[in-house]
Amino acid sequence: MTGNPTLNTVVFLAFIVITLFVVYRASHANATAADYYAAGGNFTGVQNGIALSGDFLSAASFLGISGLISVYGYDGFLYSIGWVVAWLVGLLLIAERLRNTGRFTVGDVMSYRLRQRPIRAAAATATLVISFFYMLAQMSGAGGLVALLLNVHSRTGQSLVIVVVGVVMVLYVLVGGMKGTTWVQIIKAALLMVCITMITVFLLGKFGFSLSSILRTAADNNAKGAAVLGPGTEYGASATTRLDFVSLALALVLGICSLPHVLMRFYTVPNAIQARRSVVSATWVLIVFYLCTLVVGYGAMALVGTGTILSAPGAANSAAPLLAFRIGGPVLLGLVAAVAFATILAVVAGLTLAASASFAHDIYANVIKNGTADPKTEVRVARLTAIIVGALAILGGIAVNGQNVAFLVALALALAASANLPTMLYTIFWRRFNTTGALWSIYGGLGSCLLLIVFSPLMSGTATSIFRHVDFHWFPLSNPGIVSIPLSFAFGWLGTWLSKEPADEVKQAEMEVRALTGITLTGKSGGEHRQTAS
Amino acid sequence: MPATRDGEVDFAVIQDSAEFRELRMRLRRFVFPVSALFLGWYLTYVLLAAYARSFMSIQLFGEINVGMLLGFLQFVSTGAITIWYVRFAHRKIDPVSDRIRESVESEVADG
Repeated sequence: MTGNPTLNTVVFLAFIVITLFVVYRASHANATAADYYAAGGNFTGVQNGIALSGDFLSAASFLGISGLISVYGYDGFLYSIGWVVAWLVGLLLIAERLRNTGRFTVGDVMSYRLRQRPIRAAAATATLVISFFYMLAQMSGAGGLVALLLNVHSRTGQSLVIVVVGVVMVLYVLVGGMKGTTWVQIIKAALLMVCITMITVFLLGKFGFSLSSILRTAADNNAKGAAVLGPGTEYGASATTRLDFVSLALALVLGICSLPHVLMRFYTVPNAIQARRSVVSATWVLIVFYLCTLVVGYGAMALVGTGTILSAPGAANSAAPLLAFRIGGPVLLGLVAAVAFATILAVVAGLTLAASASFAHDIYANVIKNGTADPKTEVRVARLTAIIVGALAILGGIAVNGQNVAFLVALALALAASANLPTMLYTIFWRRFNTTGALWSIYGGLGSCLLLIVFSPLMSGTATSIFRHVDFHWFPLSNPGIVSIPLSFAFGWLGTWLSKEPADEVKQAEMEVRALTGITLTGKSGGEHRQTAS
Repeated sequence: MPATRDGEVDFAVIQDSAEFRELRMRLRRFVFPVSALFLGWYLTYVLLAAYARSFMSIQLFGEINVGMLLGFLQFVSTGAITIWYVRFAHRKIDPVSDRIRESVESEVADG
């Protein structure tokens, strides 16, 4: 491929300059904790919905899924379906109730009617672990993209670019807080949608607006032939890989609306109806996006050919950029690569914000300072944490440079579904639920999930493992979701029944009524709550 | 029984009120069965893709096969359930929840 590195760099730098300017402009009223963590609750549902979809129009889905489709065909499409259906979990069960009962973090909701300190510590631990996995996944894609975009092939050169990416991303968070990060997501999502619909329409036009004819040409250009039009080319090999796929599908559908940086987005809107609108807008954007991805993936298979894609730097991840080059030359390649690069920046910025908010708000302000922290100091702690998290992301990104992106995302989703989902559903819908149940569920889900990852074939024992030369794996699946998610639900239930502790009925009543009605007035129990925006 | 005392809300009273119970029941009667429905339908699709490959590969029209069609239908059902829930919440949930909130807020304002 003969892309033009100078052009790519210019397009990318233009994106950074424009977004940094927007972030700077947005940052003027960024004084309070509510501004920094939740943009003062001032975004509209549609704006927030586009930003939410932006969290998933990530490098992993744009490059990863179109790449998977271009190599494995239908099995890549299977991924994207989980990504869409998952929003129903958020819409029906979580978004509105979360918006009404929390302020800044997942810990707010989980600890609402339970004992504050242990639950907040648990919630923050889960948030940090999940965000770290997800962040590594994003950063690992950066290296391969750099090779494509700037024609940097040396390990040192790529590492240097990852450092620059990390620094810009920390700047977004430090200067812009939630408001700035949200605007970056909105701009990026809009650019990406324009890009991918243009490519899709062009592809459809080239094949006489017949999906069938794209599929036929694609199958002709793949070594597996027509098999790529049906399921099984990636997951169909054995009983284990099939079960692994079911496990992955479960983690996808339950994990997406359990991710801390996604949940935190529901606090950026003024009320539950806007939170609902956020999910609805995100769903529509993602449906269009993944339909386009299907065309782009098979289009890349048809026009570029699976062989060429696999031998390019970045392998499957380079399918979309290669296709862009094939149909639009260096200009379109520059645009697509820059947008893809920007997605990494924006998503990692969101993750950094979620992780730093959770540490500052849950651990520093409520566990260490026992709820008496000065809000200004809390925001300072959050900013400092953002720098540390950013540094960790940079180091991690350099370390995992070149590893497969998609499986890390799937692991983060399994962790999120195991650690967060049961406790959130129980605390919202189950009156009897208590602190012991929540602790069992959060730590049990997180712990069992981590344990199964350590002893999975991803870590050791196979040719593609992280530790290739030792073998300590005994768990057959690479995705632990099918075991750890039900286990976490069971732990929460068992912990609740085994402990003698009754639920706090006053707080339960308060939480349930707030969750369903959005009442913000102070309660008899002295429950302090978010002030109305007026 | 008043839901507020000394300008503070007594949430237990609201929780026990017939209006709130009705609201909670309406919401649960919608979200639990519909969640079971879409999760079941999604899992059926996933299991078919994993274990019924030859069925999924039956060609329907052109190169479009059963698997492709069912995949599109997942998108369609997600969109349909989204629209369904938004209409339901707009008609059956929001008015009741607004009424409860406004009555409590006016009680505090008057009190």
